[in-house]
Amino acid sequence: MNKDKVLSIRDLSISFQTSAGEVNAIRGVNLDLYQGETLAIVGESGSGKSVTVKAIMGILSGNGKIKSGTIDFTSRKSGEEVKEALLSYSKKEMRRRINGRRIAMVFQDPMTSLNPTMPIGSQIMEGMRYHYKTNKKEAYEKAVKLLDLVGITEPEKRMKSYPHQLSGGMRQRVVIAIALSCDPEILICDEPTTALDVTIQAKILELIKEIQKKTGISVIYITHDLGVVAKVADYVAVMYAGKVVEKGLSEEIFYEPRHPYTWGLLSAMPDLNTDDEVLYTIPGSPFNLLNKTEGDAFAERNRFALNIDYRLEPPMFQITETHYAATWLLHENAPAVSMPEALKERIKRMGEEVDLRGGE
Amino acid sequence: MKRYIVKRICISAATLLVILLILFLMLELMPGSPFNDEKLTQSQVALLNAKYGLDKPVFIRFLNYVKNMLSGDFGVSYTISKNTSITTLLSTRLPISIRIGGQAVLMGTVVGLILGLIAALNHNTILDTLTTVISVLGVSLPSYVFALGLSYTLGYQFKWFPLLYQQQEAVKSSVLPTISLAMFTVATVARFTRTEMLEVLGSDYMLLAESKGLPGWRLILIHGLRNALIPIVTVLAPLVVSLMTGSLVVEKIFSIPGIGSLLVTAIQSNDYNVIVTLAFIYSAMYIGIMLAVDILYGLIDPRIRLAKEDDYEQS
Repeated sequence: MNKDKVLSIRDLSISFQTSAGEVNAIRGVNLDLYQGETLAIVGESGSGKSVTVKAIMGILSGNGKIKSGTIDFTSRKSGEEVKEALLSYSKKEMRRRINGRRIAMVFQDPMTSLNPTMPIGSQIMEGMRYHYKTNKKEAYEKAVKLLDLVGITEPEKRMKSYPHQLSGGMRQRVVIAIALSCDPEILICDEPTTALDVTIQAKILELIKEIQKKTGISVIYITHDLGVVAKVADYVAVMYAGKVVEKGLSEEIFYEPRHPYTWGLLSAMPDLNTDDEVLYTIPGSPFNLLNKTEGDAFAERNRFALNIDYRLEPPMFQITETHYAATWLLHENAPAVSMPEALKERIKRMGEEVDLRGGE
Repeated sequence: MKRYIVKRICISAATLLVILLILFLMLELMPGSPFNDEKLTQSQVALLNAKYGLDKPVFIRFLNYVKNMLSGDFGVSYTISKNTSITTLLSTRLPISIRIGGQAVLMGTVVGLILGLIAALNHNTILDTLTTVISVLGVSLPSYVFALGLSYTLGYQFKWFPLLYQQQEAVKSSVLPTISLAMFTVATVARFTRTEMLEVLGSDYMLLAESKGLPGWRLILIHGLRNALIPIVTVLAPLVVSLMTGSLVVEKIFSIPGIGSLLVTAIQSNDYNVIVTLAFIYSAMYIGIMLAVDILYGLIDPRIRLAKEDDYEQS
């Protein structure tokens, strides 16, 4: 693959010190983000999606500790490649060199992520004023342009508005404008549409896509909504219990999933053809990361689990050049287990739907 | 906002008038008169009453008093310092009280804010515990305990500050009373600041501000403290008021010639004009502080400011 890597995470492990003991939230994550593309990180609550991106931004909460790994950020903005090891930076250095300026973030809940006592215009200008020492007039003009770009009408009038005067969808647009204010190279969206209603969701997703087309920015999405993933992602990484269990091109994950957990996730997603039958759910509850893992963390909930799953953690098996999955089912000596029939049916339908839509 | 402030000032003035009227009625109902001297004969008392206009009905006296007050005349003292005008009586005492009270308010809020910030930023460390201990002590011990403790240690043992108030060393003498008065405010403000700041620090907008890569001081002061201040300002008003009432005891301990001790003496000797004037001053301060806090509230929180403006636009 000849694409340019922007971000490369290798063997990242993070633990949190809590009153109940040490929580190993991230256990050896490897991920890559390529220039101008979109990576979606999928998984249920507590699978370590948010912790991973917080580590990229250097905004882990105080009790979080990075145990091992590297995060390499390659910048091509100035024309030449500059490689930076983000984990070697102190919090202060991260703030000065990376945060907001090179990597920006859009948060989950726009209702709470804006400062209620500051006009939105100032909140957008703040980053430029600090990072690039832009003068007030230029910053103002750029902020108005950004508000226009994210689809806010009468941007000049809105500059003086306070967050409580805007609707949820508009606030999320403002948050995106803030993120874009310093022309970052990577945009991290932490469940950007979870708190919004469905019609606004679609609009925000389209907006981010459009911006990506215009600016060539690379995007990381964090979500547990597979519908969102299908719409936006080039690459998908499925996380479970602090590990990436399957990753590959979006089509590979949706049409040829290989990990039983991905099967479960896809089966549990309702679609238009879901009849009145009970929706599939993955049995059990997410793995408690306070416990020591022995074997595969998913084994307990996996109806295809092999004996070895309870004793030895599966390595990443390569399926295609881009597609990897961590399950013993892919081992050459494993019994041939294929995905459940119901899911096969559903994937077939999905494919047909896409074909239909594509043909229109 | 301007119209709101004007309206509030008008309401405050009306409130003060009502307070004054109630004071007059209460003094009327109180037994005794300023002229309790056994040597005075019945006719002499009647003469005195006539001289000071005390023989007139209470409402006439009230109207006269308000009229004089508007021209700056608060009347004369009857017993404490015969025939001196209240203005001269207070001219030496009021500045002392205001100075100590003001210093205490300033110290209470500033030190309280700093302690609270330190505790919140060093959450769950020894500094946090230390400030919590100080807060608990400050809240649970009454101001006179601090006053006595301070005058024993810093005043008597170390001789750093005078034990009793001395006119010649006004600044030095005001230190111990200020500290003992301010302790309660320091403690309460510190506790509130800590809780509010912790909540703000954990909020989403702080995370967003941090992800913008802003420098630490800007994060804490502009994004953090301003939001934490909103609830703090609310508790500040009653605290400042309690400083005024607390000053009565502390003034006694350090024998400060302020208005607190004067008020007690005036009540004991039925010196009507002194009581009315001092009660009026206390009420005016109280109402003024409430007004100031309300305006401050609007300045800090745009939601309140804008809501008030909207109210007026609609009406």
